[in-house]
Amino acid sequence: MSERLTTDVAIIGGGTAGCAAALALRKRGLSVVLLDKGFCGAGASGVNFGGVRRQGRSFAELPLAARARPLWDRLPELVGEDGEFKATGHVKLARSEADMATLETYAQGAAEHGLDLKLIGPNAVRDAYPWLGPKVVGASLCADDGQANPRLVGPAFARAARRAGADIRELTRVESASFGGETFETVAAGGLRVESRWLINVAGAWAGKVAEWFGDPAPVATLAPNMAVTEPLPFFISRSIGVCGGDVYVRQVDRGNVVFGGGAGWGDIDLDRARPLAPTTETAMAKLIDMIPALKGAMVIRSWSGLDGEMPDHIPVIGPGLHHPRLLHAFGFSGHGFQLGPAVGEVLCELIVDGETSTDIKAFAIARFQ
Amino acid sequence: MSPRGQFVRLAERPGAEIHFTIDGTPATARAGDTVLTAILLNRPSLGASDFTPHDRAGFCLMGACQACWVHDAEGRRRRGCSTLIEPDMALFTKWMPPHG
Amino acid sequence: MVEPRLVVIGAGPAGVRAAATLARAGRPVVLIDENMRIGGQIYRQPPPGAERPPEALYGFEAAKAVSIHRALDGLQDRIDYRPETLVWNARDRVLDLNGPRGTERLVFDRLILATGATDRSIPFPGWTLPGVFSLGGAQIALKAQGCAIGRRVAFVGTGPLLPLVAYQYAKAGAEVVAVLDTSSFLTKLKAAPGLLTLPKLFAKGLYYLAQLKRRGIPIVEGVEGLAVEGATAPQAITWRHGTTGGRIECDAVGAGFGLRSETQLADLLGCAFAFDDLTRQWLPVKDAEGRASERHLYLAGDGAGIAGADAAELAGERVALTLLGDLGSRVDAGRIAMLDRGLARIQRFRRAIEAAFPFPHRFHASIPDTLTICRCEGVTAGDLRRQVDGREASEMNRLKAYSRLGMGRCQGRMCASAGTELLSHWRAAEVGAVGRLRGQAPVKPIPVAESSPGTMA
Repeated sequence: MSERLTTDVAIIGGGTAGCAAALALRKRGLSVVLLDKGFCGAGASGVNFGGVRRQGRSFAELPLAARARPLWDRLPELVGEDGEFKATGHVKLARSEADMATLETYAQGAAEHGLDLKLIGPNAVRDAYPWLGPKVVGASLCADDGQANPRLVGPAFARAARRAGADIRELTRVESASFGGETFETVAAGGLRVESRWLINVAGAWAGKVAEWFGDPAPVATLAPNMAVTEPLPFFISRSIGVCGGDVYVRQVDRGNVVFGGGAGWGDIDLDRARPLAPTTETAMAKLIDMIPALKGAMVIRSWSGLDGEMPDHIPVIGPGLHHPRLLHAFGFSGHGFQLGPAVGEVLCELIVDGETSTDIKAFAIARFQ
Repeated sequence: MSPRGQFVRLAERPGAEIHFTIDGTPATARAGDTVLTAILLNRPSLGASDFTPHDRAGFCLMGACQACWVHDAEGRRRRGCSTLIEPDMALFTKWMPPHG
Repeated sequence: MVEPRLVVIGAGPAGVRAAATLARAGRPVVLIDENMRIGGQIYRQPPPGAERPPEALYGFEAAKAVSIHRALDGLQDRIDYRPETLVWNARDRVLDLNGPRGTERLVFDRLILATGATDRSIPFPGWTLPGVFSLGGAQIALKAQGCAIGRRVAFVGTGPLLPLVAYQYAKAGAEVVAVLDTSSFLTKLKAAPGLLTLPKLFAKGLYYLAQLKRRGIPIVEGVEGLAVEGATAPQAITWRHGTTGGRIECDAVGAGFGLRSETQLADLLGCAFAFDDLTRQWLPVKDAEGRASERHLYLAGDGAGIAGADAAELAGERVALTLLGDLGSRVDAGRIAMLDRGLARIQRFRRAIEAAFPFPHRFHASIPDTLTICRCEGVTAGDLRRQVDGREASEMNRLKAYSRLGMGRCQGRMCASAGTELLSHWRAAEVGAVGRLRGQAPVKPIPVAESSPGTMA
């Protein structure tokens, strides 16, 4: 049976960014239809590491990340639950003198972008975190970064958007979208047709395909993170931890499980499947022990992956399409979009309602791939 | 006085007596006992469970429920129902990080 | 011609017969099993030092047990047997193992999954107390360890295993204080004609019950509202029966509500699954000859649907012959026909068993919000209900993502059945319509370790 909907804004993709956009747009009075092939927040938004971090980002992302940071404190007010967000701080570790030099250079640049990082020397790092292994020679701390539960945040935005009046359709796979001169028409499996004045492409790993429908160049590669978690252990890893090079990262949740990741799993957007890979998990385990030797022997009880989109320059595409100013893209978060999601939603809303955004997103223009 | 064991041995066991410790307390078992049997012949449980108010004592005894893990002095995890007790094993029911 | 790499996972009756059949046909095969010795759960052999005569361990089934234990004798040169080895991950044609040699990768061309089954649980008040064990667990304590799970033991649940384990305990000298069956006498009576298709099995069931009665052990059929009392350990078990009820002091409980298939590896390997209305479980799809939906994979035994040890033996041999035929070997058509007849006969009996001892799914409707459903993560029924009411969870993997049900060490083995029943009850949806938990590696815990494994071709 075919169904037709007419709306101000159609959104393809129910990740955190899409749902946050739906929520923001409803608050400004626009009608919204959001379509997701599965369940909202169950894709890349729901399977990532859960890092809520500014440290280590490309400087181009820092204005957007800075805008996102206070939204995490306000989650209960915004979406009705805290998503288990905690400002535990984020520590980036140096495993060599060269790493330490990299951290120093980054800290100087970050300061110019308003992000204060604290460099920690070899003795101080061991005093502060005595559970770190001997290969660690120093660190950089962003005390106000944190972590959250990715399984909860995206769905919470989706429910908040629905409560605010957005028409959210799950298990509704978009098959095509086109521009008819005045409006966009989005067609989903099952015969649903959505006519909209605006169209937002937040389709994650599939966003490159959507962009292609409109002739926009989008070299989106598939990125499948490789994540695992241990049995619950007494809490001792007080910070979220990353390393120079990014090949392993780890955090411990309040309940005691140690979440870690690193390297790539396997994923295929045509099959809509992703899997962690045993060799990747085993490599991450070895690096984990190097970083935190006490974790040797802890039982890994689960591993997972998911599908994200990665751009060649590892920063996202955010902004209007090349040929259709009322087509907005926001994709290619390259494995680190979780922290940004709530702010991306606001920015997309501003672009539609106000015609401009107060956040500097110039670096994310799709024109860079022309 | 040590608490009563949960398990009761019904069949005579000819094997050698094995001495081991649970959380530092000496205990004995017989060759052929699993770690789970060895502990539950001496104690009512395998210690606290992670998230329920009741202590755990294993449940399925066939490697499915994962409720009988303990660890040895080296931090190596041992599934109680599928590991045989060995002389001088030092078993612990609660893992603690080395740095407090 | 390059010899195809054949692997059998599971050394219970199905896996042992499969491996032996392949080996006897001249095919080298790797047989991987988590246990220390072959036999599976049903014919589990005690560890060295705890051996007892087969008659003492297996009763009527001693001859069958011994036959399985000896089935690989003389075939050792063609069977690479890997005991105490967990297959923790599987993808395409690669298995990831964790065993005495640490982690290894094993490449295969064709694989027979004979992964067996475990007890199926229904949560009831007190089921997380130390001293409450699964029915199969209680049996293992006795058979493999010569121990009773307590001094005064109550057995509760349903299925053919219930009177058997109670009888074995009583015979071994344990004090059995009650046998509480959730299936009523009338239900069993209605199923009697079907049960008579295998008169020997039916007679054994009657024998166990008669022996329990002769010893004066209370047997109550059609019980409801089971609960174990006790703050830190079982003190008594209580139940309702019609308008009355009962209470008996005990310090241990064995509880089981039939069996559930171990299907995680089939899931990781991409096998198609279908919901089985009879047993209310999701099972990997297999054709009449034992092939899974993935053509290099084969299924046999209780891991592909509960049919019992006798059927597992037949199915193990049957599926090995299918595999041999698929490899182009000549196979004995008469033998295949005989195996198929045997399997069909048992299948008819199985239907009668399910009718006589139906999974009492109605019990889930009266589970209180305070009751722990997921033992690993301490998730209560109320926690689950909040995900359905507040977070709009409509499907099992969403329920898991929000509540942590099935996220713990056991990966939902103990709780997924109850979680699925509860979700379908609250959503007023068919139990087959609320999804099934996806398998995730490692299917059982593996240690964080330094070493990177090599690949064995």
